[in-house]
Amino acid sequence: MSLTLLNVIVAVVIAIAFAAANAAYLVWAERRGAARIQRRPGPNINGPFGLLQPPLDGIKLMTKQLMIPGGADKILFMVAPVLAMAPAIMSFVTIPFSEGIAAHNMELGVLVIFAFASMGAMAILFAGWGSRNKYSVMASVRAVSQNVSYEIPMLITAITVVMTTGSMDLKAISMAQSGGFWHWNIFPSLHSPLMPISFIIFFICSLAETNRAPFDLGEAESELVAGFHTEYGSMGFGLFFMGEYANIVIGASLTTILFLGGWDCPFGMFPGVWWFLLKIYLLIATFIWIRWTFPRTTIYGLLNLSWKILIPISLFNLLLTAGLLKVF
Amino acid sequence: MSAPIQLRPDETFLLNVGPQHPATHGVLRVKMQMDGEYIVKAETVLGYVHRMHEKMGENRTYAQYLPNLSRLDYLGALGYTHGHVLAVERAAGIEVPERAEYIRAITVELNRVASHLFWFGAFVMDLGGFSPLMYAIQDREHILDMLEAVTGARLTYCYYRFGGLYNDVDDDFIEAAKRFIPRMRKSLKKYDALVSGNVIFRNRLEGIAPVSAEMCRKYGATGPVARGSGINFDVRKNEPYSVYPEFEFDVPVYHECDSLARYKVRMDEMEQSLRIIEQGLEKLPDGPIMAEKKPKTIKLPVGDYYQAVETARGSFGIRIVSDGDKNAYRLKLRSPTYSNMHLFDEACEGMLIMDALAFMGSLDLVIPEIDR
Repeated sequence: MSLTLLNVIVAVVIAIAFAAANAAYLVWAERRGAARIQRRPGPNINGPFGLLQPPLDGIKLMTKQLMIPGGADKILFMVAPVLAMAPAIMSFVTIPFSEGIAAHNMELGVLVIFAFASMGAMAILFAGWGSRNKYSVMASVRAVSQNVSYEIPMLITAITVVMTTGSMDLKAISMAQSGGFWHWNIFPSLHSPLMPISFIIFFICSLAETNRAPFDLGEAESELVAGFHTEYGSMGFGLFFMGEYANIVIGASLTTILFLGGWDCPFGMFPGVWWFLLKIYLLIATFIWIRWTFPRTTIYGLLNLSWKILIPISLFNLLLTAGLLKVF
Repeated sequence: MSAPIQLRPDETFLLNVGPQHPATHGVLRVKMQMDGEYIVKAETVLGYVHRMHEKMGENRTYAQYLPNLSRLDYLGALGYTHGHVLAVERAAGIEVPERAEYIRAITVELNRVASHLFWFGAFVMDLGGFSPLMYAIQDREHILDMLEAVTGARLTYCYYRFGGLYNDVDDDFIEAAKRFIPRMRKSLKKYDALVSGNVIFRNRLEGIAPVSAEMCRKYGATGPVARGSGINFDVRKNEPYSVYPEFEFDVPVYHECDSLARYKVRMDEMEQSLRIIEQGLEKLPDGPIMAEKKPKTIKLPVGDYYQAVETARGSFGIRIVSDGDKNAYRLKLRSPTYSNMHLFDEACEGMLIMDALAFMGSLDLVIPEIDR
């Protein structure tokens, strides 16, 4: 066994562990956060502050029988949850947590993450189609059109950042922003004065990409029962759930690396992985806060927002940045 | 927001919304003929919680029938028992002491606020916002605590008796109610800031699901649904009963006919109910709470009696046909949601399923009250 292969295996195991732990405890954080917003205690019985809730939930989900509804497409039905979780874990491999902590740094890191992220839509489509449930089909059609239309502005904004940095390497992008918060991409620079707007577009897109409220049309409880995972129980549902939270972590990490300077300290001291984690958890807290504050948009409102507002603005921003890069 | 649509009636599928569906808040079933996300035709199917309350009214004495009324609408039960006691009192010629009538008005209005609060939370939850429900339930909890202290029940009240009340209110209740009013007003402002101004919320409701005044008349819709369509009708004003003529309050009417108008009507009604409670507490006279001259067993003279009251959901009517016996010969309940719900079939044609279910939320359906 060569050393690189061993390296990759260890990296993947760590990525899985990180993703699973994050997914489990983000559920807890979300429930506690929601409870705090709604003035109720939330899970607080199992363990101190309810910290044992996630493992217990995991045991419950794993011991449940996996039901496959009659008439469902068995292969698609079984593949979909795995396909929801696996790409999310694979994306973790490329994310640099600090200068030294990266499972496998790739020169085309941005591209790899987007490639894996777009597989999530496939999982939802498989789940919806394979379940043989009208609600699931409707939900998956919604979710796929949503994912496709939000990937475009997200990619365009990422390209804007890549152009100013001149690299698709996530580590290089992060390194280019080091040395205090005024170097971060979120603040307008000579090359791209519209960066704050880009950041907002990217943030909205990552909300929509992860199917989070107010864009949670794929699992709109009040209309489509539970959306694409209506027919899933036991760990099938568990994987979808964990995949969603893993995707949230990736969205937050990508936003941090592209716009918030990665592991850079805002005032130039002690750069390191803690800053990175602090930033992504702050972003995730914002995700949770938004979810429990806003009602859901309509599917047409959502698509209009992407095609009529976000895509033109991000395209304009791209052209402006390209022009300014050429001039200066 | 919604795109122009070209429905293809030949390429549709049937979607069963309910009887177990989160949006129907109960066991209502809607058969929807769908073209993608659009509804071609909808048909509401009732009767999943039919309990024969009308038939029970023929087999029970008037007093025995009292608890049945609060099982119609579990959110605003006092209004329904109020209708029944008023009908029987008027038919039997029982004089009710003024204090009892005032307390009835106060408790009914408290119950109305509680009902609207719960509707507010559930409605925003239908639109995907969960937190307002928790805030609304907390405010509602104060009302339920107060009502529990005087009536002995939290939801299915049997507080009113023919000729008066089961129990007098004490100083604690009056104090609590007085404290509640400013707190509720503050909460209403908070709800306004949290929900009414929200862009997503407004986009989902403004201009959605227009129900014209003609349509309301055609289906007999009453209450906030009709008032959101510009029909200025409130039983408390138009056919005054109890001590309502002595209160100063407005009937909020909006002419936009959309879901937002129905929302605004209910939010304004809470404020008007608070005004009534405030005046009622101020004017509350001393005296007995039970009529002195009251027959042991109530037998209504032969005849046909009807009494309408304004409940949280609209005009509730009770018709009693008496043959002189101690129970009714025929008893008919006109429940407001039954009429309001039938708007749904016609109004939601060509609508997106999202908007249709938001529209259903704006009708404030309580299924046990439809099925009776």
